[in-house]
Amino acid sequence: MTGKPYDDIPGTTVFDADMSRRGYHLNQFCMSLMKAENRAAFKADERAYLEGWPMSEEQRQGVLARDFNALIALGGNIYFLAKIFATDGKSFQWAAARMTGVPEADYLAMMVAGGRNPKGNRYKGKPD
Amino acid sequence: MARITAGLAMSHVPAIGRAIDTGATNEPYWAPLFKGFESSKTWEAANKPDVVFLVYNDHATAFSLDFIPTFAIACADEFAPADEGFGARPVPTVKGAPDLAWHIAQNVIEQDFDLTIVNRMDVDHGLTVPLSLMFGQPEEWPVRVIPFAVNVVQYPPPSGRRCYAIGKAIRKAIESFPGDLNVQVWGTGGMSHQLQGPRAGLINSEWDKAFLDRIGPRPEELAAIPHLEYVRETGSEGIEMVMWLIMRGALNDRVREVHRHYHVPASNTAVGHIILENA
Repeated sequence: MTGKPYDDIPGTTVFDADMSRRGYHLNQFCMSLMKAENRAAFKADERAYLEGWPMSEEQRQGVLARDFNALIALGGNIYFLAKIFATDGKSFQWAAARMTGVPEADYLAMMVAGGRNPKGNRYKGKPD
Repeated sequence: MARITAGLAMSHVPAIGRAIDTGATNEPYWAPLFKGFESSKTWEAANKPDVVFLVYNDHATAFSLDFIPTFAIACADEFAPADEGFGARPVPTVKGAPDLAWHIAQNVIEQDFDLTIVNRMDVDHGLTVPLSLMFGQPEEWPVRVIPFAVNVVQYPPPSGRRCYAIGKAIRKAIESFPGDLNVQVWGTGGMSHQLQGPRAGLINSEWDKAFLDRIGPRPEELAAIPHLEYVRETGSEGIEMVMWLIMRGALNDRVREVHRHYHVPASNTAVGHIILENA
């Protein structure tokens, strides 16, 4: 695979053509959760609801586990995945904490202190 | 003739909407953010336009992956607040300005910018949070609104240069409309934020503040910023700032800064806000 100019940015997946093609059905499933009746059906039996969408088993497992980093690697886009955690009554802050692997209180404290510093976070494997 | 009097820019974080809707604006976490909009609300009330041309992005709400328009102008009579997965925000229906919107659509396409025309669309927090920030919680929004949706979800979004140029075309279109209308152009989204992956929470205040410094006097420089710089320096979602350049392109070359505000954080995001009047 040809390298992309943004491949060297750490901890970041750019939702480009390749990701969009990979995640089409996953993301369209997420869109379905914008209707209250679909949210109810999903909550009643997540597994059965997911079976109704032509996703990979890996993608279904990612949804069940609310493993958003895995779902992003499988073509999920955060604005689509947001419909899942909105259905759970969770916020973007909660989801971000989960993706960064820290308790939400620690994540909140980092944000209140000014956020994640770009220094050391611009290039993979380089301090800056 | 219709005239553009001012340009506003502001972030459109969903949590800001929730803070307004749940009466949390005076809580210690939120108070400093909203304080920076107090004088703006006063200014906006005194300089109330007839129409706001509101540049924003749809967050996988009206547009799924089935249709991804790069630039979409909404020409309907009204737009309902969208259910984004937790029920619709308790805010008024947004009234459109179809006469002007259709005029802009036709005129801008004739200037070689190929717009998508939308006749039915629900509007998400990207559009309603800026209205709430400027107008609070009225029974009805005091202005008519032309939603102008820019794709910043599917990479690549339009370039900053293209956004700046389309802003200039929108200005020409508005100024050729036969009707005595006061129009403001709002650019929304940004500033630094990354909502995804292990780098979520990235904030680059230095970069953001330099952007605020330059948007008035040196927009050409900002229009030249490549996507890669936005993503690397301001986070994957910081790229929303290209939408501010549409607003800036629609203003005079010379503008007067009325007010600015910068605050970290709102949820995961650096909040930026500026008011520019045509000089």
